[in-house]
Amino acid sequence: MSKNRKPAESVPLGDVEGDPSGETWDLRLYVAGRSPKSVAAFANLKRLCDEHLAGRYRIEVVDLLENPQLAAGDQIVAIPTLIRKLPEPLRRIVGDLSDAERTLVGLQLRQAGSGSRDSSAGG
Amino acid sequence: MARAKRRTEASRTELPKACSGIEGLDAITGGGLPRGRPSLVCGSAGAGKTLLAMEFLVRGAMQYDEPGVFMAFEETKEELTMNVRSLGFDLDQLGRDKRLVIDFVRLERDEIEETGSYDLEGLFVRLNYAIDTVGAKRVVLDTLEALFAGLSNTAILRAELRRLFRWLKQKGVTAVITAERGEGALTRHGLEEYVSDCVILLDHRVIDQVSTRRLRIVKYRGSVHGTNEYPFLIDHDGISVLPITSARLEHTASEERVSSGIPRLDVMLGGKGYYRGSSVLVSGTAGTGKTSLASSFVSAACQRGERCLYFAFEESQGQLVRNMRSIGLDLEKWVHKGLLRFHAIRSQQDGLEMHLARFHKLLNEFDPEIVVFDPIGSFIQAGTRKDATAMVTRLIDVLKVRGTTAFMTNLTSGGAPAESTDIDISSLIDTWILLRDVELGGERNRALNVLKSRGMAHSNQIREFVMSSNGIELADVYIGASGVLTGSMRQAQEARERAETLQRHQEVDSLQRGLAHKREALAERIAALQRELRIEQEETERLIAQQLGREDMLRTDREQMARRRRADAAASPPGKRQSKGKRR
Repeated sequence: MSKNRKPAESVPLGDVEGDPSGETWDLRLYVAGRSPKSVAAFANLKRLCDEHLAGRYRIEVVDLLENPQLAAGDQIVAIPTLIRKLPEPLRRIVGDLSDAERTLVGLQLRQAGSGSRDSSAGG
Repeated sequence: MARAKRRTEASRTELPKACSGIEGLDAITGGGLPRGRPSLVCGSAGAGKTLLAMEFLVRGAMQYDEPGVFMAFEETKEELTMNVRSLGFDLDQLGRDKRLVIDFVRLERDEIEETGSYDLEGLFVRLNYAIDTVGAKRVVLDTLEALFAGLSNTAILRAELRRLFRWLKQKGVTAVITAERGEGALTRHGLEEYVSDCVILLDHRVIDQVSTRRLRIVKYRGSVHGTNEYPFLIDHDGISVLPITSARLEHTASEERVSSGIPRLDVMLGGKGYYRGSSVLVSGTAGTGKTSLASSFVSAACQRGERCLYFAFEESQGQLVRNMRSIGLDLEKWVHKGLLRFHAIRSQQDGLEMHLARFHKLLNEFDPEIVVFDPIGSFIQAGTRKDATAMVTRLIDVLKVRGTTAFMTNLTSGGAPAESTDIDISSLIDTWILLRDVELGGERNRALNVLKSRGMAHSNQIREFVMSSNGIELADVYIGASGVLTGSMRQAQEARERAETLQRHQEVDSLQRGLAHKREALAERIAALQRELRIEQEETERLIAQQLGREDMLRTDREQMARRRRADAAASPPGKRQSKGKRR
């Protein structure tokens, strides 16, 4: 199974203000080939993680065109889909992650209320 | 390229279809769903969409060697497996045999955060993977609209659905997409926009607490299809649709006759009984012997080795068997031999369509020569009068086409004219036997007459209908000044007639005896007269002889005297005497 997954940027580093717990984040991004949406999603995710989880995250990119059998396991319907495997509970974010605020809310790196004033930016 | 070429060739000739394997559906769609295209099945909750879709897949996998993919958005694989197990579908086994893939798609809106643009490529990938795994020819998406509940960006969803249907066509799979019925539209989210080839609407109505399932082909591009609402049934064999309403008057008429089971009634019916495949109605008020007449017919048919199906709407099998034993009919024997099957059910229990569906199913299963409906009028309780009439009409048509003899009883309620039926079917009936009560002389008796019987010279006489432990007999009735005489009055009349006959015979005897006497007396008198005549004749002859004798004697005397006188005075004979003598 593991050979099907392509571990991307895995940069363990020091602590970040966004998450005080200090545990490592395990993220999985499902894409379908190198479509613009997939590329954008990965870029957006990488940027946000570097900002908020520098050194404490691992992103696994799963290309469903290569590994279609993995789609059912994580209940993937939309592409791209980001899954936060760890820390629990499991979170699911759909889209190219272009709306940074909503992505952070979805990842629970920010309270839904605290980012509301900026949410118009990507809405 | 090769595939594209083949497709254009096929479309030029006829739209290729994939048999659904669902009883009746293939008949009304003219061979099944459009092959290689998506079909939409819509209906309200509980209308049977999922089951229809599942049966389409399972039949395809089991009967037509077309493996399938079931993409479930609402029920898990375990739930689906459980739900259809009662229909005899083993989804686990089909899965192990690589003939069926079930993919449960779970979409929970509160678990999903949407940011920015996305597409449904994940769904496509899953579907594609599942199709390729088993080489699926059939695909079900149940219920695709769950996507609208799980994802909020309808613009993306609509674009992706359009792409999905296009993709399904390209893939060449025969797909069934189910959708929830919407207000004022076929589907809640307008899926009918995307599926233009075939749309089937399922309906589940409850009228007067009776539920009825119906199916209608809303559209079927490029194909002739039935446009009516067809009732359908979900039971332990799955779905059965009833394509009956299109029954046409094309049945052949049999010349064969079947005995009514009552010899005298056969005589009344042109001497041979009913026509095979005809519809017979027996109507009458309560307790006139309708069921007994039906049972006699059934019993006679079983005796001939024919199969009979008896629908009883008022009595249970046990009750019927017991009651008929009292008139000498052993129906249980035929049940054990498998020639007679009872189906006792209250008409109110189901809707008319459900009844019709069941009849149809039982007819196909049991394939009887004779079907009894006792009584037919009870269908009114399962629907409106109009619906009941339409249903019975359809039923009669089905039976006629099959060549099955239908025997129906109808209860005439008190006060209603005898020549009428609750359900207006009298014009459909070939042979109509009327049973009635005759109240006379302080008792109630049964009378029978044949109101009509198409195609045979039938008796116009009223007969008394007598039930005894030996069965049913028909007796002549007497027409008196106050109407027909039946029962003990008939017996009294018979006795009176016997007495009169006896008396008449006696009178004739005495007349004949008198004549004989007279003849004897006259003969005696004739003999006496003849005797008298003979005596008189003898007397007369004797007298004549006497007279003649005396004359001779006188002459002799005279001659002697003359001779003597000549001797005494020879010269002179006495002158006077002589002259006298000469003169003489």
